[in-house]
Formats: sequence, structure tokens, C-alpha cells
Amino acid sequence: MVARTTPHHDERRTAPPEGGPRPPGAGLHGRVVSRIPLRLRRLGLPYMLILPAILLELLIHVVPMLVGVGMSFLRLTQLYIRNWTAAPFAGLSNYQVAVNFDSAVGASLLHSFFVTVVFTILAVGMSWLFGTAGAVLMQGAFRGRGLLRTLFLVPYALPVYAGVITWSFMLQRDTGLVNHVLVDQLHLFGGDRPFWLIGGNSFAAVVIVAVWKSWPFAFLILMAGLQNIDKDLYEASAIDGAGWWRQLRSVTLPMLRPVNQVLILVLFLWTFNDFNTPYVLFGNAAPQEADLISVHIYQSSFITWNFGSGSAMSVLLLLFLLLVTAVYLVATSRRKSDA
Amino acid sequence: MHEPRWLPWARWFGLGFLALFTLIPIYVMISSSVKPLRDVQNGFSWIPTTFTLRPFADIWKTVPLGTYFVNSLIVASISAVASVAVAIFAAYAVSRYRFPGRRVFTVTVLSTQMFPGILFLLPLFMIFVNLGNVTGVELYGSRLGLIITYLTFSLPFAIWMLVGYFDSIPRALDEAAKVDGSGPLGALFRVVIPAAVPGIVAVTIYAFMTAWGEVLFASVMTDDNTRTLAVGLRGYATLNDVYWNQVMAASLVVSIPVVVGFLLLQRYLVQGLTAGAVK
Repeated sequence: MVARTTPHHDERRTAPPEGGPRPPGAGLHGRVVSRIPLRLRRLGLPYMLILPAILLELLIHVVPMLVGVGMSFLRLTQLYIRNWTAAPFAGLSNYQVAVNFDSAVGASLLHSFFVTVVFTILAVGMSWLFGTAGAVLMQGAFRGRGLLRTLFLVPYALPVYAGVITWSFMLQRDTGLVNHVLVDQLHLFGGDRPFWLIGGNSFAAVVIVAVWKSWPFAFLILMAGLQNIDKDLYEASAIDGAGWWRQLRSVTLPMLRPVNQVLILVLFLWTFNDFNTPYVLFGNAAPQEADLISVHIYQSSFITWNFGSGSAMSVLLLLFLLLVTAVYLVATSRRKSDA
Repeated sequence: MHEPRWLPWARWFGLGFLALFTLIPIYVMISSSVKPLRDVQNGFSWIPTTFTLRPFADIWKTVPLGTYFVNSLIVASISAVASVAVAIFAAYAVSRYRFPGRRVFTVTVLSTQMFPGILFLLPLFMIFVNLGNVTGVELYGSRLGLIITYLTFSLPFAIWMLVGYFDSIPRALDEAAKVDGSGPLGALFRVVIPAAVPGIVAVTIYAFMTAWGEVLFASVMTDDNTRTLAVGLRGYATLNDVYWNQVMAASLVVSIPVVVGFLLLQRYLVQGLTAGAVK
């Protein structure tokens, strides 16, 4: 799409001819407006329409982002929170502390980063797999299809905290469903009830809850993607003797490629940045094994009230995400043009 | 597509697994909310042995759930309506005009959706606190601060979805309105908006859901009087004895408005959410 400088439509009718009849209520304001050259007004209209959105984006997204970058260069400790202009310049020291992996702060940040990388790979992979399996198996007509489709979307519609808090009840050691099924009913773990929300199991717990919450989104997008595939392609490949698997590999998955390109990127960013799942699941004390990066930065900022170092960590996180996104887009687009 | 003979079995097994995975937490939420406290504390049971609606009465007393509910309702409704109002104008401009900066605008707005929330949290906290000190407009701890924040959070998707709906309305209808003497805004209000009502309602529900479910900013930007459900629900868990039956009852009660809204408008929401991704 090429941006053009003139709008598609002729709005000459918006300006009543000079001296002609005016709509009621067009007083001084109307007269002033109509003196502005028509061309200029026509050009200006789209900008007037997007202005409120731009102002809000500036106030809540763009300015805070720039302020955040600025804060990362300040020694912004508790003393200066209410009077930040007095905070001393810190140069790169916030960054040096964050990436000094011999120090406690840097080492725990690095640990949290690796935990988050593994968490994201597992959660995105499983969400995509579940979404794809669900969408592919939903193709064709069978009884209860509409009902099932609606049910699958419920975790997506549920407020995050309501769903995750239910999981935290299910994962309780003594009163939860998970140990009831695994220990009481299946007699696993030799009768010992494992902890799920502290220790090593907490990592598995947070992955499963994240998948539960995000696979319906993958399902939703892939269902729509499947509906857009030309049915003739299946007819043609069937005539060529392709079976179900062959069609899945040679028609369905290649045709879903553009959808998957966007879907996996979105899932990756949402999962990597996920704050709600670990925060609601573990409360204020996230276990070491499931110390995801958003909660890590949040806790290190609000426990120490050192916003300078918290901002430096956030900026590093952003740089990492931008790098991954750029590499991902270049890599997936190149492969697409090779094909 | 020709279905092999094993496909119905694979379907039964695969979809059955996904259905169980999806529904077990919902079943736990509902079945535990009608158990007395003694039953949820004595270990899990699939079938409630004693049925009681007491938890649904008690949830309002254990924590000030009513206050949280009203706060969430105010914040989510105002921010949803305001967000959609702002998005309608922006989406109309993007859908009907080609102007320099159009692409930059849409790409920038959409990409902010992808940035980590934690990146905005600290600066926004600082801006709100210091703005209060300088101007006396207390945004920190106030509903207004939360409303502005949430309204902006739902803006990118609201614009994106509305552009999709508006694009599907034939331009010939706008032209007809203009021939009848309406300006571009007249065409928007008399033709485009009435034709997009289902889409606009769906987007409003989406914006409401976004605000209703937000946790991170709610946990930092609110005080005792303005606390929303997202934070308030954790109040049950900080007590010495966790009243899990009440937690489940409260989760159920706070979920009903959004789940019902979502399911009623499912068709329009799904259409709007997926339009951009599959194009």
C-alpha cells in the first residue's frame, strides 16, 4: 500500500460556500474553520482523527519508555522517588551492576533470564502444538463441534487471576487436586506428596499453567487460518493420491506458514513478558526455580526501591526482545522468499 | 479432505485430552465453591459431599469484595468506553484515508502492545507520583490514573480490530452519505458507526476484559480505596487459613461478567481478533 497525500474522498461539501447558507449552530467557530484553505483541511482531517490516540500513546507508552531509559542512568534510590530531579547521575553503573555476573545482582538476573528462556520455549512450543492439534482435529463436521470450540475459548475469556488462582488451589500440597490424583488415586511418588509451588516442581507448574492460559489463543488464530485455506488444494492433492498425513505436511502446514510466523512471535513476546501467571501463582515469593524475568525485575525494584537498576534491567530486556524479534523476522522472511 | 479410518479415534483422544485440560480447573472452581470450608481443608474430593451456598455469602465479608468489584466496574467500564471512542476516530482515519505517517502510526501503536509491561511500570509510577507532587492532580493511587493507563493498553487492539470492521463496510455507503450532504464526520456517525455496531460492541467487551483482568499495574497503582479485583482477590490468600472455597466462589463471581460477555459476542470478537493475523 502506497501512502498518498490526498484522501480518497472528496469532502468539498464539508465547507459551505462563502456567504452561502450555514448549518445552524455554525457560529464564529464555523466561520474561522471555513477560512482555512480547503486543501489544508482535507489534509489535516486524518491527523485530527488520530490525535487523541497519539496523545494517549505518547503519555502512557512513548514518554514513559524514554523516561525509563533516562531513569536507567540515574542513581534513583528510595531517597529520590518523590523528588527524582535531584537523583544523581549514575552513568552506566546500573548497567554494570546488572551485567556483572560475579555479583549477586547480576548472577540472579542471569539465572532469571535463563529460566525465562527455557520457560518461554516450552510454553510457546506446547501452546502452539496444542493449538495446532486442536484446530486440525476440529476440521470436519462432528457432533458437539460448536460446543467444544466455545469451551476451548473459556480460559482465554476468564480473567487471568481467576484462572491462575484456581491452579494455585489445585497445586496445593495437601488439599489440591493434582496431588489427590497423582498420590491418592494413582499411588505415584510412593505416597509422598510433592510440593508444586515451591522447589523444582514449581517450574513445571508455571509452564503448565501458562500453556493452559495461552493455547486457546493459538487455537483461535489457527482455526481462522485453516478456514482460509482453499479447499481446492485438498481436492487436487487427493487426486494426486495424497493421504491425510501427506496433506497435513504438504498443504495445511505450508499454507499456515504466514499465520504461524505472526502467531509464534506474538506468543513468544507475551510469554517472555508474562507477569500475571507467576505473580498470581506464587504470590510475592517466587521460587528460585521459577523466577521469571518480569517478576524478578518487579521484585528487585520494589523490594530495594532502586528504580535506577530496575530500569536498567528493563531496558536490557527490551533490547534483547528487539534483537530476537529482528532476527526472527529476517530469518522467517528470508526462508519464505527462498521457498 | 478424505478422512482415514483412525481419524475419529485420534479426534476423540486429542480433543478429549484438550477438553479435560481446559475444563478441569473450571470444574474445580465451580465444585469447590459450593463446599463448606471443612471439606476443602480435608483434602480434595471430586464430588462435593455437602452442598452449600454459604461461600457466596461469605466472600463479601472476608475481604471488601464489594468495594473491589465496584472499583473494577468503574475502571473497566470507563476505560473501555473511552478507549473505543478514541479508537473509532483513529480507525476511521486509518481505514478511509491514505495520509503520510499512516503506516508509522499503525506500526508504532501495535508494537507498543508487544513491549514488556514492566518497562512502562517504573517510569509511569514515577511520572504519576511526581505529577501529583507538582500539579496536585493525584494520579497515583487514583482511579483516574488506572483508567488512563488501561484505556491506552486496549487502544492498539481496539484500533486494529475496528480498522478490520470498517474496511468491511463498503465505501459506497460513505459516498452516498456524502452526496446527501454529510461531511466525512457525518458519514462516520450516520453510516460507518451504525453499520459497525456489532464490531464496536465486541471491541468494547475486549477493552473491558483487558482492564478487568490486568494485574501488574493494579497491584502498584492502587491503594486501599481504589483496589481492584485483580489485587483484591489475593486478600483471601494472605489470611492464616486460606478459605479456598471462598477464593473459588469469588473467582467464579468475578469471572461471570466477562465470560458471559465473551461468549455472547464470541463470533464478532473472534472475527476481529483473527482478521489481522490471517490477512
